[in-house]
Amino acid sequence: MKNILQYLEAAEKRFPEKTAFADESESVSFTALAELSRRGGSRLISKGLYNEPVAVFMKKAPQVICTFFAVIYAGCYYVPLDPGMPKHRIRMILDRLQPSAVVCDDACEKLLCDLGHGDAMLSVSELFSAEEDKAALESVRRRSIDTDPIYIVFTSGSTGMPKGVTACHRSLIDYAEALCPVIGAREDSVFGMQVPLYVDACMKEILSVIRCGSSAYLMPQSIFMFPVKAIEYLNKYRINTVCWVASALTMISGLGGFEEMMPQYLRTVCFGSEVFPVKQLRAWKNACPKAEFINLYGPTEATGMSFYYRVEERFFDERADPGPVPIGRPFENTGYLLLKEGDVPAAPGEQGELCIRGTALTLGYFDDPERTAAAFTQNPLNPHYPERIYRTGDLAVETESGDLVFVSRKDNQIKNMGHRIELGEIESCACMLSGVESACCIFVKETSKLYLYYMGTADEKSLQRYMRSELPRHMLPSKLIKLETLPLLPNGKIDRNKLLEM
Amino acid sequence: MDEILEILEGINPDIDFETCDTLVDDGILASLDIVSVIAELSDAFDITIPARDIVPENFNSAEAMYAMVQRLLDD
Repeated sequence: MKNILQYLEAAEKRFPEKTAFADESESVSFTALAELSRRGGSRLISKGLYNEPVAVFMKKAPQVICTFFAVIYAGCYYVPLDPGMPKHRIRMILDRLQPSAVVCDDACEKLLCDLGHGDAMLSVSELFSAEEDKAALESVRRRSIDTDPIYIVFTSGSTGMPKGVTACHRSLIDYAEALCPVIGAREDSVFGMQVPLYVDACMKEILSVIRCGSSAYLMPQSIFMFPVKAIEYLNKYRINTVCWVASALTMISGLGGFEEMMPQYLRTVCFGSEVFPVKQLRAWKNACPKAEFINLYGPTEATGMSFYYRVEERFFDERADPGPVPIGRPFENTGYLLLKEGDVPAAPGEQGELCIRGTALTLGYFDDPERTAAAFTQNPLNPHYPERIYRTGDLAVETESGDLVFVSRKDNQIKNMGHRIELGEIESCACMLSGVESACCIFVKETSKLYLYYMGTADEKSLQRYMRSELPRHMLPSKLIKLETLPLLPNGKIDRNKLLEM
Repeated sequence: MDEILEILEGINPDIDFETCDTLVDDGILASLDIVSVIAELSDAFDITIPARDIVPENFNSAEAMYAMVQRLLDD
């Protein structure tokens, strides 16, 4: 096994007519998925593309996943973009990568032209209209090796420049083999996909479908605002497995969804990306008493998820205060270190930076040797031969039971609505408006609200308008506060703690 | 009604909330917005909005929200 397309081809043989991916308007069987992917791949090869990034700029739909596989069939790697991403981030990614092809659906064609990359446009209907070229596909496959990249997923970067995490066949195969047994993915699993397709979180469902023959329904993002509709959706498609960000689960339980209706088929509820309040976890357990609840944790840089914790009974006891839900133990074939200042290993009970090692590590950041070298370093405890670790920037402790518990971030990265956000990216966006001299963004954990303090001549309204046009909703500060000067620390950095107190 | 318009304008001052009746259908209100609208309406009118009322039809326009609030106040 060296290529993830082998999963897809095995599933095509075993479950030809079965639904692989569907939404409310389209359903793609395993046969259709594989055939469309090979046709699309043949088209890309005929255009002379090989071993290069191909952007996929489309709204969430099953055909996006067919396009991902088409890119892999062509021996290229896909770069998922979505109209829901911050506009300035899409622009920066395209300007930097200069891809020779950007596959678009109808909705994104105009957007792409507006962004100045219309020349590279390839419509998705044209992509799939090609005939399969067996010889060309075979020739690409013969040359492929398992360390070739599959995708570049961009994440928030503190300087405002996003980081392109590049994953390869090998890290994804390692992930699929470890993940599926943990979340109980099987042939009869039916997933309700909440996450967008431009984050690596969607690989949980995609890998489970192609490796185990499961089915996945792509849920519209807007459905999560309406708790009863979301539960109706789960029941209509007999969804038995969900891997959602905690805020999506919270939205349904917190807005009183279970007072109207219960999910009938759920057997596995995975949550992650942020802390799931125990009160909401209990509401879900009461609604789905037979379901198993699993906390998943992992940075994009180590390919999807790296740790899991099966929530124990004590968390559901209303009278108990069990503390935060642990991130648990590493996946099979993943190792970790907890390092204190000076790369000294933390003792049990001591806090340290969580560092991950193993095949699951991605290749690093695309076209970015500096930031790659800072985050992917030699294992400081191994002076004998080259061994990479990824420094997550997350602080954790190991409890007596051997489970890890997340404590906090080392830096200014936060999680809001399940999205990984660098406060620096919001700040650098604000500073792009003329009339803003400097800005500092604060996240108040208790209320999950962002506040932006800034100095300059721009008024609050025009800054709000500008940021609204550039950033997605989850990155927009609730309040903009103009100050004469921003408080500084002796070293000249902005004093965030002082702003937090204001 | 003015109170509702004020709440909505606090979320996005660039939308004409008096006339727009596709706030949800056209994605003008995102999920985070709906959550804050629900919280602010509940506070301002001292009501609890039950899940069965949290449906697109009740949030597509300021008028629909007003009608919902009136109904909940009468109950």
